[in-house]
Amino acid sequence: MEQGKKQFRKERIDRGIYARSADIFAVSSWQEMTYLLLPRAVPVILLLAMPLILELTGNTYWAKVMVVLAILGIMAMSWDLLRIAGMFSLGQALFFGLGSYVSAALNHYFHWPIFLTIPVGTLGGALLGTVLLIGTLKLRGIYFAMVTLAFPLLLVRAIQATNFLGGTEGVATDAFPNYWVGAYVSMGALLVCFFGFRRLMNSDWGLVARAIGQDDIAVTASGINVFWRKVQVLFIASGAAAFAGTLITHLLMYAGLSSFSLDYSILPVASVVIGGSGNFAGALLGSAILTFATEALRALGPLRIALYSILMVIFALTVREGIFPYIERRYHQFERKAEII
Amino acid sequence: MAGVIIFGLAKSLELALIAIGFSFVFGISGIANFAYGAFYLLGGFLAYIFFTSVGLPYWVAAIVSMIILFVIGALMYRFAVQRIRGAMLSEVIVTMGLGIFIIEMLRATGFIGHNRYLPAFIPGYIEIAGVGIENQRLMIIVIGLLLFLILWAVTRYTRIGLAFRAMSQDELTALSIGLNSNYLAMFSMGIGAVLAVIAALCIIPQGFLTVDGAYEVLIYALAVGVLGGLGSTVGIIVGAFILGYAQTITATLFSSQWVMVVTFLAIVLVLLIKPSGIFGKQKELEERV
Repeated sequence: MEQGKKQFRKERIDRGIYARSADIFAVSSWQEMTYLLLPRAVPVILLLAMPLILELTGNTYWAKVMVVLAILGIMAMSWDLLRIAGMFSLGQALFFGLGSYVSAALNHYFHWPIFLTIPVGTLGGALLGTVLLIGTLKLRGIYFAMVTLAFPLLLVRAIQATNFLGGTEGVATDAFPNYWVGAYVSMGALLVCFFGFRRLMNSDWGLVARAIGQDDIAVTASGINVFWRKVQVLFIASGAAAFAGTLITHLLMYAGLSSFSLDYSILPVASVVIGGSGNFAGALLGSAILTFATEALRALGPLRIALYSILMVIFALTVREGIFPYIERRYHQFERKAEII
Repeated sequence: MAGVIIFGLAKSLELALIAIGFSFVFGISGIANFAYGAFYLLGGFLAYIFFTSVGLPYWVAAIVSMIILFVIGALMYRFAVQRIRGAMLSEVIVTMGLGIFIIEMLRATGFIGHNRYLPAFIPGYIEIAGVGIENQRLMIIVIGLLLFLILWAVTRYTRIGLAFRAMSQDELTALSIGLNSNYLAMFSMGIGAVLAVIAALCIIPQGFLTVDGAYEVLIYALAVGVLGGLGSTVGIIVGAFILGYAQTITATLFSSQWVMVVTFLAIVLVLLIKPSGIFGKQKELEERV
């Protein structure tokens, strides 16, 4: 090193409050409580208040956009859940479409009321999705991605060709009684999924799921049945996505082939890649960004999907951690210059 | 009956042609090239542009588009996939994202649609055993058989082919005897793209240059791969024949609508009975990648 010339490096230091409160929830002052609660409370309050404010101020269009945001958020979180357990899905649309069609069929052909078709559609979609994919769970690696990519596209063509369940015309369904029910069922589900998945992933069960994603041979060696655990994760994740499908069916009053379309497979992936993976907050952030980008770029039409996919590629190649981990780091740590001695 | 045999043969070789480009890359470098459908469409599109707008003779247009796609495939490996090689999730995201980008951009150019098609190599049809069959279908049979013969010979009797086989067997050992795995993987991506163009030149003359076609090709490549076992050429051929004849028989006995249902059921069944595919070399829980 040259003599007499000072050299500096960047140093990252945890903020004092974070260092004290990261592990133990012993909070001693309002400052510390706000520091911990604010980042959790603000999105929750925003998500709960925005539909109310927008609908009451007459922005009905943007109020509907909030519901779309909730649906995409649930899809993105279910994708993230699968990814954490080492299953790379390229076809969330499969679960989405299954949930959508099951609830629509029950509603249209058997006249079940809406509050029965949503739970049954969720369970039915989750069961069907799990059964269809159960074979791939025995294999590691790319098979899951390939089969999940192929299934929704195949199902679309099969439904188109055989005119099963309304064919290309789809199935008409009942709507939610009013806007509020739809909006708050979606928002509530989003928050339940968000906090539920976070808690689930921090439990022992979630720890095993994380370990399967990182090294399944080690988990097998620990005497845990990897296959059965994967089935459980797949069931939960496909249930969440199927729930999103039942929601959109009753919002649009229609279940059609579009619910199997590639958009619903790519948008969750793009959300998580952009937002950041692992703790579901990134998935939420990414889906919010993409939902508003979709509205802002409506003029681009189908080109939007090209834009999202290239954005996804750029993030995967350069900013590999995503936006949320960056924000999180800036919140909990500060950087300063330190002299290299 | 003769019709079923001949059309089934043509259909099977068509599926094998589709699947071989995907399986070739996967077998050698372990990269699942989800941009395969995009390469197929882009190859067909370039051949169409060079043939109609630029006015080159058809065979020149075909060769030019193959060369361009070879370069695109190799560049895609060098500047995108190589950076994240081994990180499976990123590989999937990057190839899939680039594939969708290419397909959707082509959709936006407006040059894709039901009024765009490529000419057949030899127009017209001939009768074999009382069944009329288009020359293009016969050409698919001939080209398919030739291509598999060439690939077989190349991977056994040329230096690069032997290097490919070495890499597909064990990449680390191949590295240790001085094979440049990045160079080989780049080369295999390029060849995979050329195989996609060959499939496009054979298949598009039977229909049109459409976006749906690109996704369909990707689905069939995956279906045949899952059915027969990825990375094994025998598996691809067997898978293609099973699917091809199943589709042809369904189309003759019932109606062509059920073809997709049969494909779907075939995958579900194989996954339930033997997840790694009929000739899958991968043992359960020990698959490479």
